Amino acid sequence: MQKASIIVKDVTKKYGNSTALNGLSLEVEHAEIFGLIGPDGAGKTSLFRILTSLLVPDSGMASLEGFDVVKDYREIRKIVGYMPGRFSLYFDLTVQENLEFFATIFGTSIQQNYDLIKDIYSQIEPFKNRKAGKLSGGMKQKLALSCAMIHKPQVLILDEPTTGVDAVSRKEFWEMLKALKKEGITILVSTPYMDEAILCDRVALIQKGRILSIEEPQKIIVQYAHDLYSICTDNMFDLLEDLRNFSKSNSAFRFGDTIHLSVKSGFEKAELVHYLEGKNHEQIEIGKIDPEIEDCFMELMTDENKI
Amino acid sequence: MKKFLGFVKKEFYHIMRDPRTLLVLFGIPVAQLLIFGYVVTNDIKDIKIAIFDQSKDDVTLNLSNKIISSGYFILNENLNSINNIEDIFREGDVKEVIVFEPGFGQKLIKNGVAHIQLIADASDANTANLIVNYTNAIIQDYIRKENRQQKIPLQIEPEVRMIFNEGLKSVYMFVPGTMALILMLVSAMMTSISIAREKEMGTMEVLLVSPLRPAQIVIGKVIPYVVLAFINAITIILIGYFVFGMPVKGSLWLLLAENLLFISLALSLGILISTLANSQQVAMFISMFALMLPTLLLSGFIIPIENMPLILQWITYIIPPKYFIIIIKNIMIKGTGFEFVWKETLVLVGMMLMFIALSVRKFKIRLE
Amino acid sequence: MKTKFNNSIIKVEDLVKKFGNFTANDHLTFEVKEGEIFGFLGANGAGKTTAIKILCGLSVPTSGKVEVAGYDVYRQTNQIKRNIGYMSQKFSLYENLTIKENIRFFAGIYGMSRKDIRIRLEELLDRLKIENLKNELIASLPLGWKQKLAFSVAIFHKPKIVFLDEPTGGVDPITRRQFWDMIYEAANNGITVFVTTHYMDEAEYCNRVSIMVDGRIEALDRPQELKKTYHVDSMNEVFLKLARVKN
Repeated sequence: MQKASIIVKDVTKKYGNSTALNGLSLEVEHAEIFGLIGPDGAGKTSLFRILTSLLVPDSGMASLEGFDVVKDYREIRKIVGYMPGRFSLYFDLTVQENLEFFATIFGTSIQQNYDLIKDIYSQIEPFKNRKAGKLSGGMKQKLALSCAMIHKPQVLILDEPTTGVDAVSRKEFWEMLKALKKEGITILVSTPYMDEAILCDRVALIQKGRILSIEEPQKIIVQYAHDLYSICTDNMFDLLEDLRNFSKSNSAFRFGDTIHLSVKSGFEKAELVHYLEGKNHEQIEIGKIDPEIEDCFMELMTDENKI
Repeated sequence: MKKFLGFVKKEFYHIMRDPRTLLVLFGIPVAQLLIFGYVVTNDIKDIKIAIFDQSKDDVTLNLSNKIISSGYFILNENLNSINNIEDIFREGDVKEVIVFEPGFGQKLIKNGVAHIQLIADASDANTANLIVNYTNAIIQDYIRKENRQQKIPLQIEPEVRMIFNEGLKSVYMFVPGTMALILMLVSAMMTSISIAREKEMGTMEVLLVSPLRPAQIVIGKVIPYVVLAFINAITIILIGYFVFGMPVKGSLWLLLAENLLFISLALSLGILISTLANSQQVAMFISMFALMLPTLLLSGFIIPIENMPLILQWITYIIPPKYFIIIIKNIMIKGTGFEFVWKETLVLVGMMLMFIALSVRKFKIRLE
Repeated sequence: MKTKFNNSIIKVEDLVKKFGNFTANDHLTFEVKEGEIFGFLGANGAGKTTAIKILCGLSVPTSGKVEVAGYDVYRQTNQIKRNIGYMSQKFSLYENLTIKENIRFFAGIYGMSRKDIRIRLEELLDRLKIENLKNELIASLPLGWKQKLAFSVAIFHKPKIVFLDEPTGGVDPITRRQFWDMIYEAANNGITVFVTTHYMDEAEYCNRVSIMVDGRIEALDRPQELKKTYHVDSMNEVFLKLARVKN
């Protein structure tokens, strides 16, 4: 069997007293879109920097396409495309100059790999003589991705590429990632947006430097252990607090214009209606719903926090 | 190689796109040179002096004539007593009083020692200094020409920098100093800032992840500044020559080669600074305090090294611009060849190799 | 919602802001009511930041009438600044000062008396349950906490309006919700909240939202109404529909 594209085994990384990665292991298959989800400070960026050979782990090993990230860092740097958390573009260079620069330092040219980036780049090509600093967030992100892609990397590592980018641009961005996957490129991406997690082939939830779970997004939803209800009333402000104080309540979170209530066993809808009426709520609407990926992650994260 | 050229091209874009960088690179050197040349140094001409000759022998008459006929001084009056000296200064015309001791010529011939007192109006300290130095130089010249082995001990210390500077033009002192200062500024400060900027913007991360070697990144960063600093050096030489009449008596090629050496040294210092600094601000402060100030104060540029306390004189031995200024003065003013500056050159080469070795060792291939 | 929003605290009429030939804000007209949570949505580059700068008195409009907290943005910017709070994802608190020092500094800027500062500081530390952290440097806190604190600091001087520019960017879902709990609380205490976000579920939390496209406000209503108007189930779809037209 062919070895996985990205292998991370028992990687630990400490900065002074704080542990960024705590014996983390994972494997990413070839041409897989692998999502890494977790709060700020969970260790995502440290992991990415180790995989791109920018940091050396304290212990454990990691490899990309069979190359060790410490020993073979020269090889790693040839096959990896990396988009750091901040758009690392030269703001005083134009769109085209940026792309040309990144092409030449990777020993290639725009023409050579134009097909690969065509879909993305064609959207910003009309502005190719504009300075990168003058682009909007969505366009900067497309340019940064084009720059990270221009040398046709085998592995693409994207650190929160969609943070601060509007919903439309995010949607287009993920369509591009899917197209790149078809080219056989392995993609490791972190995101704070749960609706993007569902678009990955597999996602890992990472917290405090450890992996809580690695699953296909659909499976995570199926594994959700509790019954879930969507509730709204005329007084949404008090509703959250009232639901959290309800005896059969497991957790209650705001979700758009409703509140998602996960309940303990033995829950009766009538009991809740009665309880809420007692708290002076009117126009009570309660409906059983299927969990979304965000429900699942919050569940996993709160479970972890309780330990 | 193509990767490398692409990198250099990008660096040139950065410089050309930023008007402020361009201003620092070209405006400041020219302004600095002109300021130093015109404002700080006022060459003297037709300075009014008074002479109090208590000896009135052949030697004092000859010497007085020589001083007055030099073109720098005009004899305002002959004094008969030393009591009214202060009044004469107060009137404001006379800037210097020369006092010959009684029996001046006799003592000089007999004892080989005679005393002359140079009293200058020190309300303008700079000018006073210059006047005294000029007078002193004329006296030395006279003694030399008289071909006597005895020296005349003077109460005022001879200004050593004047010895080889027969035209006695002070701008000659400032051109080499300004050159050292500007090359240091452009080369060290600009490179350290430009590397620190990549770190600050996060682009260094991507450069490190690319197949570019650290040496390629460093040299790519440095090359544009070598070119620019070299253009600066030539500009300074041209301004010195055409505006201030500063000659290049020695070999121009040697002069340019020494400039290149100093630029390389300054650049390697700049890279070293950038390995220590994570932000443009820090890079700038280190450059200012670790490079600019020593270049200004400890290189012999403004304050003659001989006038410094002994401890500071020792420190000047590790200040690269000191050697550079000595070399430049030798080549430009004395017209000496390599055989007279090889020692200083060797020191600079040694320092450069040390800084390069240090900065390459310190330049990280990773983020830690 | 029981609360009624009657008084307009922000009035914008025909606001135009041009940079050279580029029109960043193209005849904006809207009002924000006192005590309301107003969502100010739009794609990157639609002109949101320009408008916020004008509302905060940091930038002068090219033309149009703008009143914030009863003050005119052309002449009374000082009064405006005294009556608003501001927080953005990019700038929040000084990393190398402690929690206490940050709060004291910002409260001092707004001219609060030492006694008021002390009382409210204790209240705040108690409410957030961070009494033991008050001497910690901001740099040592996780992003979520920084943002929550930044918000607390922005409303520390009890402004009439608080402007939040992408306050929850990059924050995990639980912390985001805790952040919104704080926003609700502030609104409940009578502070008007003017907020931008790229999370469309957060748009649903607002009383009313406006959606800006290419410098113009394309839609402005309560989220429920917008969803009805565009026959979709979520604000995300509303947003995609509106912003997509232009692309």
